Amino acid sequence: MSATAPLLEIEALTRHFPVRDAFGRRTDWVRAVDGVTLAVWPGETVGLVGESGCGKSTLGKTVMGIHAPTSGAIRFDGREIGRLPARERRKVARDLQYVYQDPGASLDPRWKIGRSLHEPLVIHTALSRHERDRRVEEILRAVGLPDAHLDLYPHELSGGQQRRVGLGRILMLAPRLVILDEPTSGLDVSVQASVLKLFRRLQATFALTYLFISHDLAVVRAMCRRVAVMYLGVLVEVGDATSLFAAPRHPYTRSLLAAVPRIGGPRVTRDFSLEGEPPNPRDIPTGCRFRTRCPIAEARCASEAPALRLVEDHLVACHLA
Amino acid sequence: MSELLAVDNLTVEFPTDRGAAQVLDRISLEIAPGEVVGLVGESGCGKTTLARAILGVLPRSGGRITSGQIRFKGRDLLAEDPRLVNDEIRGRAITFIPQDPWSSWSPLFTVGAQVMDVMKWKSPRRTRAGRLTRRWPALLRGYPRARRRADWQATIDVLRAVHVPEPERALRRLPHEFSGGQRQRLLIALALLPGPDLIIADEPTTALDVTIQAQILRLLRSLVKERGVSVLFTTHDLGTAYEICDRVVVMYAGQEMESAPTAAFFERPAHPYTRRLIESLPTPGEEIRDIPGEVPSLIDPPPGCRFHPRCDYATAECRAARPAARIVDGPHRVRCVHPVGKA
Amino acid sequence: MRAIAALLRSLARDRSALLGLGLILALVLSAVLAPVLATYPGDVFEIHPAKRLLSPGPDHWLGTDRMGSDIYSRLLFGARITILIGVIAVGASLVIGVPVGLVAGHYHSWTSDLLMRVSDIFLAVPQVVLAIAIAQTLGPSLPNVILALSVTYWPWFARLVYAETRSLEKEIFIESTAALGASPWRLIALHVLPNVASPVIVRASIGMGFTILTAAALGFLGLGPPPPTPEWGRTIAESREFLPDAWWYAAAPGLAIFLTVMGFNLLGDGLRDLLDPRIRRSRGIAAGAGVRDE
Repeated sequence: MSATAPLLEIEALTRHFPVRDAFGRRTDWVRAVDGVTLAVWPGETVGLVGESGCGKSTLGKTVMGIHAPTSGAIRFDGREIGRLPARERRKVARDLQYVYQDPGASLDPRWKIGRSLHEPLVIHTALSRHERDRRVEEILRAVGLPDAHLDLYPHELSGGQQRRVGLGRILMLAPRLVILDEPTSGLDVSVQASVLKLFRRLQATFALTYLFISHDLAVVRAMCRRVAVMYLGVLVEVGDATSLFAAPRHPYTRSLLAAVPRIGGPRVTRDFSLEGEPPNPRDIPTGCRFRTRCPIAEARCASEAPALRLVEDHLVACHLA
Repeated sequence: MSELLAVDNLTVEFPTDRGAAQVLDRISLEIAPGEVVGLVGESGCGKTTLARAILGVLPRSGGRITSGQIRFKGRDLLAEDPRLVNDEIRGRAITFIPQDPWSSWSPLFTVGAQVMDVMKWKSPRRTRAGRLTRRWPALLRGYPRARRRADWQATIDVLRAVHVPEPERALRRLPHEFSGGQRQRLLIALALLPGPDLIIADEPTTALDVTIQAQILRLLRSLVKERGVSVLFTTHDLGTAYEICDRVVVMYAGQEMESAPTAAFFERPAHPYTRRLIESLPTPGEEIRDIPGEVPSLIDPPPGCRFHPRCDYATAECRAARPAARIVDGPHRVRCVHPVGKA
Repeated sequence: MRAIAALLRSLARDRSALLGLGLILALVLSAVLAPVLATYPGDVFEIHPAKRLLSPGPDHWLGTDRMGSDIYSRLLFGARITILIGVIAVGASLVIGVPVGLVAGHYHSWTSDLLMRVSDIFLAVPQVVLAIAIAQTLGPSLPNVILALSVTYWPWFARLVYAETRSLEKEIFIESTAALGASPWRLIALHVLPNVASPVIVRASIGMGFTILTAAALGFLGLGPPPPTPEWGRTIAESREFLPDAWWYAAAPGLAIFLTVMGFNLLGDGLRDLLDPRIRRSRGIAAGAGVRDE
């Protein structure tokens, strides 16, 4: 990595959710994010992959401030933001933004598009109406929507157009880092292609840095330069996308990649061997979390949790890598 | 014709506020015995409607079959007595694996109760099916003990085959005690128990994680090949189709565009839409290609080939009439005036 | 503005709602134009003992009461009282109940629990009984009736707004606007409130009907504004001793109450069918395009 400082630094971040019984007493914890350390440099697109329940969405939301961290540090541009008072935290939204799986749903159905687009500027800046209009037009053009849409309500637009408006709203403040949470989940293949194209164009136009959270490995492989693999609340492998996908070192990463169908290659299901399901996040195995499904687990894996360590060019959390 | 199922020029319409939507436009499709056919398409293409039409469970508020035939083992399903079809075919000779493993089970009854409820009517050991005795209403019909025991044992065996651990105990549990992947296995079991000739699987792995999906696909393929069951597998995910299907049919806006054995479908696609679809899959290091334009309205669809407004090769001929099926190579067929590779 | 025009157009298609609207307009017009429409406007105060208990005829369209006053004219002026009570009572309930509901719904602390328990206490007692108790304690008069009704009705709005706020706060657009840096006040005032407005409007409309009915009940029991105020409930009370002979004496105000309450209920129902499905449907339309839902 270059000598510049990382834009986002997450250090030993945890986010636990209390499980309460009928009386409101806490009976257990769901350790959704359980000690994640990751850095994102300016201009990068870093992918965060994992299956459902691994905690990647929770991680994104915790970084964004939607959830408060249970422990650990979040530093944006060198500044600790995990424990800011509410009013200060709100100001960080100018630089750090979050895109939902369905950005169209982030629009108030009773507000006209124009008003929704003006809102970020109204909240954070003291720009005049005229200046705001100019910025709104600029963004509309950037996301490929006509001016006429400003007077419409969200339900009068198609899903794809709503998505563009949602993205436009995020961009109004010229954020530096955008967290994309499952941006192509549930989309048709051709729609997905349009959306990814748009992301790439916006990144070039606005010099954005992306944290790309997704369970879709094919998409992550195409879009991201660096990838972090998450399992049950911790990172198990982090590295350059090309080399990670070509030669994964962690057994989970290997299984994950082995499960993804590859058109043109041999059928993966012929030899796919990973059995069982991820354990309950309330009941995390001791030692290495993956050992219950790992084909090469040893005795040491049950007693000692492996830390992320550098193995050739990736960071891997495995005793046997 | 030795095909198991033949859909012949099927047209289905849905009434809407703004006119009738032509959800399926003269679709034709064949499935041979023991074949796994993938029905691929994006949202709105009609694949789920086709699956439902074959099963005969189009929503009452909407879809009507306005023309065409569905022939199953030589029988014309649309012409026969619906009660006979319901008793003998639906849930027996043709079974269904739904998409959503969560909402497909009633939360109030144990898995065993729900399975046996189905087996009471659809067990392959039920011999009086077809002779609709109208003497007793359905609720009062009994479940002969001997058959019930045999069905229970068969259920345990099938559960073992789908890798549900401890089948006897599993049957006594409630659905919410199972994970998504396990529930999907239970649905597969439920589809296999009546001893069907054809299983219609509607995107059965869409809601599952990729590692679970791989397990389920592998299981499904091995089970159906073992038993010689045909499968009509609808999906939007080309990778899944590649994994499990012998033949792939692609649909767009209610029309089938191309049908080919899996390898040929992916290596030598002939229809421009198929090409574009495969090209829009994200590839690392390359420019992302999408398809310009949008999916057309089904209430006022483009005439002729419905893809022509978005097609690079479209001519007046494409607008004039729906192209007939042309042979590309043996079983590889395409409905296009300018198939790629020949134009 | 476009939304209101579209609203009125759809309302026009619902015949029962239209009927309700018509009845309410009739009520309002009667109240406003009472001096003009009344055949004996002075009869609000004047008495004509000689003409007492005359049955309906060409001179007195709805007959006369025990003081000889024209029932029809008194009814028209009574409409003013009815509207006054309804509007102020429901208005006050809104002013108290809606903010309580918003605050309780937004904050997840002991404050919201406290507010909701307080409104639960009020809700536990039947409105009529509570209103009677309050009016009885304070004495029969118009302001006291209004006070009693407001105090007993605000919890309905509080509870409604609380529930709607809680469910709305789970919506993604609230969360995302907060992520954009919006302060809680901005969220509540500009995003939550407009979205809970529809159910509140519906309940306000139905509440009018219910409040008017309760006001009439209070008047009937003698707890309302004292005579000679031509309040409808009191008129029915007065008529009791003359039934069944002077049937018009009770029938007229009874019919007036019935039509008014029904009018508000029909309008409220029509509004409910109108406002909520439209929003849900519009969200549904958006969700359908390009995204697989099935």
